[in-house]
Amino acid sequence: MYTEGAPICDPKTPDGPLEKRWEQRRFSARLVNPANKRKLTVIVVGTGLAGGSAAATLAELGYNVLSFCYQDSPRRAHSIAAQGGINAAKNYRNDGDSVFRLFYDTIKGGDFRARESNVYRLAEVSVEIIDQCVAQGVPFAREYGGLLDTRSFGGAQVARTFYARGQTGQQLLLGAYQALSRQINAGRVKTHPRTEMLDLIVDNGRARGIVARDLVTGQIDTYTADAVVLATGGYGNTFYLSTNAKGSNATAIWRAHKRGALFANPCYTQIHPTCIPVSGSHQSKLTLMSESLRNDGRVWVPKAPRDSRPPHMIPEDERDYYLERMYPSFGNLVPRDIASRAAKNICDTGHGVGPGGLGVYLDFADAIDRLGKDAVAAKYGNLFEMYQQITGEDPYQVPMRIYPAVHYTMGGLWVDYDLQSTIPGLFVIGEANFSDHGANRLGASALMQGLADGYFVLPNTIGDYLADGPFPPVSPEAIAEVEQDVVDQIVRILQVDGDRSPDDIHRELGQLMWDHCGMERSEEGLRKALEAIPALREEFWRRVRVLGTGDGLNQSLEKAGRVADFLELAELMCIDALHRTESCGGHFRAESQTEDGEARRDDQNFSYVAAWEYGPQPVLHREELRFDTVTPSQRSYK
Amino acid sequence: MRFTLRVWRQDNQFDKGRLVMYVVDDISPDMSFLEMLDVLNERLISEGEEPVAFDHDCREGICGMCGLMINGNAHGPDKLTTTCQLHMRSFDPNEPITIEPWRARPFPVIKDLVVDRSAFDRIIESGGYISAPTGSAPDAHAVPVPKDDADNAFEAAACIGCGACVAACPNGSGMLFTAAKTTHLGLLPQGQPERYSRALDMVGTHDDLGFGGCTNSGECTAVCPKGIPLEAIGRLNRDVLKAATRSPAKR
Repeated sequence: MYTEGAPICDPKTPDGPLEKRWEQRRFSARLVNPANKRKLTVIVVGTGLAGGSAAATLAELGYNVLSFCYQDSPRRAHSIAAQGGINAAKNYRNDGDSVFRLFYDTIKGGDFRARESNVYRLAEVSVEIIDQCVAQGVPFAREYGGLLDTRSFGGAQVARTFYARGQTGQQLLLGAYQALSRQINAGRVKTHPRTEMLDLIVDNGRARGIVARDLVTGQIDTYTADAVVLATGGYGNTFYLSTNAKGSNATAIWRAHKRGALFANPCYTQIHPTCIPVSGSHQSKLTLMSESLRNDGRVWVPKAPRDSRPPHMIPEDERDYYLERMYPSFGNLVPRDIASRAAKNICDTGHGVGPGGLGVYLDFADAIDRLGKDAVAAKYGNLFEMYQQITGEDPYQVPMRIYPAVHYTMGGLWVDYDLQSTIPGLFVIGEANFSDHGANRLGASALMQGLADGYFVLPNTIGDYLADGPFPPVSPEAIAEVEQDVVDQIVRILQVDGDRSPDDIHRELGQLMWDHCGMERSEEGLRKALEAIPALREEFWRRVRVLGTGDGLNQSLEKAGRVADFLELAELMCIDALHRTESCGGHFRAESQTEDGEARRDDQNFSYVAAWEYGPQPVLHREELRFDTVTPSQRSYK
Repeated sequence: MRFTLRVWRQDNQFDKGRLVMYVVDDISPDMSFLEMLDVLNERLISEGEEPVAFDHDCREGICGMCGLMINGNAHGPDKLTTTCQLHMRSFDPNEPITIEPWRARPFPVIKDLVVDRSAFDRIIESGGYISAPTGSAPDAHAVPVPKDDADNAFEAAACIGCGACVAACPNGSGMLFTAAKTTHLGLLPQGQPERYSRALDMVGTHDDLGFGGCTNSGECTAVCPKGIPLEAIGRLNRDVLKAATRSPAKR
């Protein structure tokens, strides 16, 4: 199924004390003088928090930047949908927070499957992010004294999460988009909206450009540069139903993987505990209800199985507040992987509520009593409205019904400490890389990582690579070959002329993945999936139906290309999940659990990053994780 | 439920376009409006007709990508709701539903229900930002911001740039969009240094791009899915007026 390759020995992490490493790397990284920066071009694909902030910052530094996104405007990247907040170790509350505590919470939350150095740097830089965003005019929530308000999130016992009502991602993204707009106006960034990267150009061993399709005219164009940055987000849509945007896709990272970039920990997917349950087979996507709601909402189910009474008819002593019961010290604020699995287990034993018994209550009655309806509305108003629009029920009156859904992917392209992939000149930032969250991401840390990578990390590290540039022109043969591959694939999709729509096949893939590579994985299930996926892929190439042509806007064609890539990536996810016989974070193997059903990690055998090389059979390269500062322990939130 | 739809079909920017009638079956009241269009498109594909192109992405009311004229209303009949958050329970199966793209001079139709709104990006690029290069920021608590100002700035900053305001305006004006940004930044202490030049530059770009003038009809705020208040335009007008009376050096 796979073969073993050489281990990865050098993730380029500086030595020395943890708290000095980033400073040391910034000093050792070579600089590019301003006159030379003008001669260097960087391609940034994706305009979310990572891509938008990187493109803006690189342009401020003086590089020429080409920015790409498939949406009609950079402002619409899916970071915009992040609701709850952004973590930062400001300790404005004097509640015992520190850079070290944020580092520790994050590495523990990730179940000790991330690099210490990267996570420490993230915590360190978090402080600057808030300053930067405030300077840009991000309207964070404030106290009456005019200072910033914070709240707490899962996996933390301090209130370090800064927020802008339930629209933090939107406000941070607009900040980055506006910074980007300023650089567009200054002529340093050229944007290409409605343009989708379809392949990577590698010449002389260096990433030198991309081939992209103009989604409006259908034209295939090549763009070359001295370095390429992928900030194209995660691959949660492999599952079809997820909280990702409909257009979110894995094509950019998958094609880069096929050109030589290693793909790390593909099985680490995050199932978010608080989403609105599926209402029917028509469902096209799932909507998250921010984790911040667990600050004030209490999760419960009826104590009696299959209790069909409406929630207000169930007296207090017949309710099971199972998170508070099982995890008294963290209660409703346990990390996401734990909350999700607890919801699944309680529903599997017949205690679930709502259609199909696939739901648990998230109840605000206590909070409304304690704080008043207005205070609750001020904190969560837009989330309550959204819930009501979708379900037709009023959460001020009736408890919300929630159920876990695919939300985030911790895995991604492998990168070293500089955020460079195994292809020199290809940098990967934000959710698209694997670097900071280990096997489980804590709430409000995605925004932190995206902006840390884009504003502060990449702009410092990429200079060290670009100091060797400008590179000679890309060979026409290298370009022609990649262009031809892209054109061939489009022609091939259009020629199938079968009888199943891309969405129809995608749904089937999603169901397979949810059943066998979802919240709980077993050897038996994964083997089933590994038989079914290649068969489905074969069926795709025999039966997919895309009407129209490639010359112009053709949304079916876009979808089909993305589904073709999901069908390949899904297989690697299952292989990775099968090979990792331990449970850790979001990856729960049924065979590896403690007596009370908690995940059992196996540090003896699996304390490594699994980085996969593309080939007829994937090749596994291990990067052993080194813990100099913390001692991995069995996580306990009890 | 079964619905009769009249959907705008247009092959490309140069095609004249026409309304085409379709009937969709098996629609549940819990479906979103876009899921109803998904059902139609799946059927069209199976019948060999090209699916209807429409913009959408997050499907949770925040990215601003979707936007349809539904029975003449931007984003349909429900207040404070984007097209993707609209559900079929809001419609009567006995009434046909007419679905058209945004219609405004600065928003040319690309195909079917998809329009080009890049004019909005041009407006922001002309000044809708605070010049704060990365790394140059003082501590976030260096300047306290009164809670009311922060809240009002947030209210304006909630604009998703969907373009409903332009589509609904009898003049095709983009003033609510422009004013939302100048209000957001103009209410914050960080936004003061560029406040007046920002207002002038953005309004100038708005006018150059072919958006119409504002005559305070208020249609924009009535359809705005994020409830951006008309008051924002008043603030913008005051800033433009103040800017005009200042000597150019002080802008």
